[in-house]
Amino acid sequence: MVPIAITVNGKLRKAHVEPRTLLVHFLREHLNLTGTHVGCDTSQCGACTVLVDGRSAKSCTLFAVQADGSEVTTVEGLAPEGQLHPVQQGFWEEHGLQCGYCTPGMIMSAVNLLKDNPAPSESQIREGIAGNLCRCTGYQHIVTAIQHAARHSGKAAR
Amino acid sequence: MIPVAFEYQRATSVDDAIAKLAASGGGKFIAGGHSLVPLMKLRLSEPAQLIDIARIPGLSGIRASGGRIAIGATTTHYEIAASPLLRDQCPMMAEAATEIGDPQVRNRGTIGGSIAHADPAADFPAVVLALDADIVLKGPTGARTVKASAFFRGFYDVDLGAGELITAIQFAPVKSAGYAKLRQRASHYAVVGVAAALEVSGGVIRSARVGLTGATTHAVRLTSLEAALAGKRADAVAAACAGAANDVADVNADLHASADYRKAMIPVFARRAVERALAR
Ligand SMILES: Cc1cc2nc3c(=O)[nH]c(=O)nc-3n(C[C@H](O)[C@H](O)[C@H](O)COP(=O)(O)OP(=O)(O)OC[C@H]3O[C@@H](n4cnc5c(N)ncnc54)[C@H](O)[C@@H]3O)c2cc1C
Ligand code: FES
Ligand code: FES
Repeated sequence: MVPIAITVNGKLRKAHVEPRTLLVHFLREHLNLTGTHVGCDTSQCGACTVLVDGRSAKSCTLFAVQADGSEVTTVEGLAPEGQLHPVQQGFWEEHGLQCGYCTPGMIMSAVNLLKDNPAPSESQIREGIAGNLCRCTGYQHIVTAIQHAARHSGKAAR
Repeated sequence: MIPVAFEYQRATSVDDAIAKLAASGGGKFIAGGHSLVPLMKLRLSEPAQLIDIARIPGLSGIRASGGRIAIGATTTHYEIAASPLLRDQCPMMAEAATEIGDPQVRNRGTIGGSIAHADPAADFPAVVLALDADIVLKGPTGARTVKASAFFRGFYDVDLGAGELITAIQFAPVKSAGYAKLRQRASHYAVVGVAAALEVSGGVIRSARVGLTGATTHAVRLTSLEAALAGKRADAVAAACAGAANDVADVNADLHASADYRKAMIPVFARRAVERALAR
């Protein structure tokens, strides 16, 4: 067991973990933050996407020890309790989900994209979510959800 | 999927990393972890120790000096793709980085890890071959430099000694250079990827260096295509590229593409890479 200290959604979380603990398992099982999903567990689907030091990462492909000292943002940390982040609002307004399994990861990738590029074109949005798979929507409503978010906030990114 | 248990240490400097690995017995460096962690989860790799080099001060970053550019080993694909210096002076490098995987992979993966791992379908090996880059290494017995053309030796086989660390990739930037790849639809790895770096004057290609990835056990230079391109103008590029696959033996076949298909795509992507280079 090794000690780690990770700031998750603004709160410093200290723990002792086995080095082989994946960040996604640390978030879900140690911190009970189950918004971050495990889809494929093989680095392909992006359901586990979180922000590490402000940039999107697949938390199934990162050991928690690698994020020691980092700041991690999960979907739970995007907006204060009871409020929606502009990207969440966009998914709500534009029906950007069906089963919702991919949604937390999609939202985190969209946040990463809008931070780099607050006014992306449709093809830039599609490239921005290239690391996220959705089995339900056919992506069209996800793209319009992200367009909605881009339109409705110059400050969508953080 | 849970890997076999291992010990983990973070290195504070290049020398510290080399010393820690030497003391580890069966350890491995980890940088972005985007080749190593998937392999460990599948238990195809079971290192007893991981020495994390990702945060070693000074090991990442892109610097120009004396007409050459040095990219630190732990520089991420994202940082390379976004670098104003590379976009201006060596756009092929940034272009190839943009085409790796997806945003999450580019945020974590590093150029040193990509070169050390040498996946036969990785993008950077073709690029560093076309740039005739130097791979700068440091190990328990000191520092040395290897030409990219000598570094990639075979299937996941590179000239990297036990306990040696890649510290940087150095090259003279080439503006007239382009990268073109046929990507796997899911992972975006190269089914066939071609990097071409040209010396052009008066509309004539004076000399060319061309790297090929995805098609063979390891990335290689296409030397007969390089010879065929010398002295050609834009209107003769297609004809010169038609024979691009002629001296490529033992072409890979897998579920993504047959050997014949890959062979047919080599001239196509060679021509696109050269045309992209000429357009710069
Ligand atoms: C879903 C997915 C899609 C991908 N798509 C592509 C793609 O389209 N094109 C592409 O090129 N790649 C692709 N990759 C691979 C990606 O680019 C990796 O990041 C890269 O191959 C390895 O870099 P890393 O920093 O993650 O290395 P790690 O995984 O940390 O290490 C890989 C190996 O290199 C060694 N190593 C790392 N750094 C050094 C160093 N400085 N010196 C010596 N040894 C070192 C490690 O010990 C290990 O053996 C993809 C990966 C994933 C997960
Ligand atoms: S669960 Fe991490 S990429 Fe699918
Ligand atoms: S909404 Fe079901 S997987 Fe995307």
